Amino acid sequence: MNIDWASVGAVFGVSLLATVGLVGLFALGTVGLAKQGSALVSSASYACFALCAAAVGYGIYLIVA
Amino acid sequence: MEHVTLLLAVVIATALVFDFTNGFHDTANAMATTISTGALNPKIAVAMSAALNLVGAFLSVEVAKTISGGIIDEHGIDTQVIFAALVGAILWNLATWLLGLPSSSSHALFGGLIGAAVMSAGVSAVNGGTLVTKVLLPAVAAPLVAGLAALIAARITFRLGKHADDEATAKGYRAGQIASAALVSLAHGTNDAQKTMGVITLALVTGGVVAPGSNPPVWVIVCSGLAIALGTYIGGWRIIKTMGTGLTDLRPQQGFAAQTSAAISILASSHLGFSLSTTQVCSGAVMGAGLGRKGGSVRWSTATRMAVAWCLTLPAAALVSAGAEFVAGRGTWGVVAVGVVLVAASGAIWLAARREPVTAQSVAAPATRPAALTGQEQAGDLAATIPGPPPAAATAQRSAAA
Repeated sequence: MNIDWASVGAVFGVSLLATVGLVGLFALGTVGLAKQGSALVSSASYACFALCAAAVGYGIYLIVA
Repeated sequence: MEHVTLLLAVVIATALVFDFTNGFHDTANAMATTISTGALNPKIAVAMSAALNLVGAFLSVEVAKTISGGIIDEHGIDTQVIFAALVGAILWNLATWLLGLPSSSSHALFGGLIGAAVMSAGVSAVNGGTLVTKVLLPAVAAPLVAGLAALIAARITFRLGKHADDEATAKGYRAGQIASAALVSLAHGTNDAQKTMGVITLALVTGGVVAPGSNPPVWVIVCSGLAIALGTYIGGWRIIKTMGTGLTDLRPQQGFAAQTSAAISILASSHLGFSLSTTQVCSGAVMGAGLGRKGGSVRWSTATRMAVAWCLTLPAAALVSAGAEFVAGRGTWGVVAVGVVLVAASGAIWLAARREPVTAQSVAAPATRPAALTGQEQAGDLAATIPGPPPAAATAQRSAAA
């Protein structure tokens, strides 16, 4: 029996980092928009959402490819 | 030839039925928390998931060359072995649906194949090492990976949103959750509809209708996609209820964290060569997100019942399929007898489910979500659906929650 611990570890690491990163990014954007602060805060929020949208696009690419 | 044709037709029909149960069994993975946090209303949620499952079935060009991932030796497998395997998988899916327990449809199919193959060709047909690396280890790892990620992610959303208006952010998180749920649905369509295409194609190859190694015919792709989409649209409300509100109580932040963690874990696992079960990833993510809120708790009695179902999935489906193969292997009358038993048992489970129906209405999120969820009420409500935990355990859990 040959357990591929490297890929187990990779799945663990990538899932953890990507989830925390993306959710953190989206939360920053959401909180930024909800506060209705300056234009700078709003545009930073939109930048966060754009990055999240790019991640969704990458997810679709992974599914299709 | 006559016999082969009849058997082949039966196997294809059974494979489509399995595909259908796979759809409604797994709707919960993408949509349970989406519904319980109020991101989408139940009917729209299942319709969206069904559409994406259908699209997913057509997306992938990668053919499911091996339906069991090397767990069993698929060379020289008989058509009726596939039939027996499907019977076990379908009955396990229906039984767990009746109990409202999320369990892996793939593991049910693996179990069915193992049971039928062992009965037909002996223990040597099963590759034990692959069984451990493809089923047992992922079953332990999936909830840990997705759960831990969801827990930390949920913590972060609460920390970042400490001074923000809850109502305003909830809208954003619901929107985000819809995107994550859509990805889960799409990935499910691509993976699980492929599995049925693989089964049907294997049956066609063994029946001598198509050449070995050929792609699934177009009608197989269309039928598989439609069957899984229809199953998804019918909606396994019993399982949605358990996953959405039975395991823990989720706010929009947690729902978003859970669904995103699930989507990422599924994609990461299927592309880094260590495949995880969608159902187990999603259940783990829901529990992790539940623990990610201060004062949040998981109803461990429900979680334990679910874990027991996971452990039983493979052996139970294997046992049923072994029995089915034993009878079906006797000849045409055996196949017919197994078919009759399958239809009768499915009918009985459906009738049993009708006695305590769980519908789209019963899983809908309340219009205004109370600030503090009434744990007792929900636990009591759930006990009506799922044959309950022993009273002592329920009481202990309630006093712990109080």
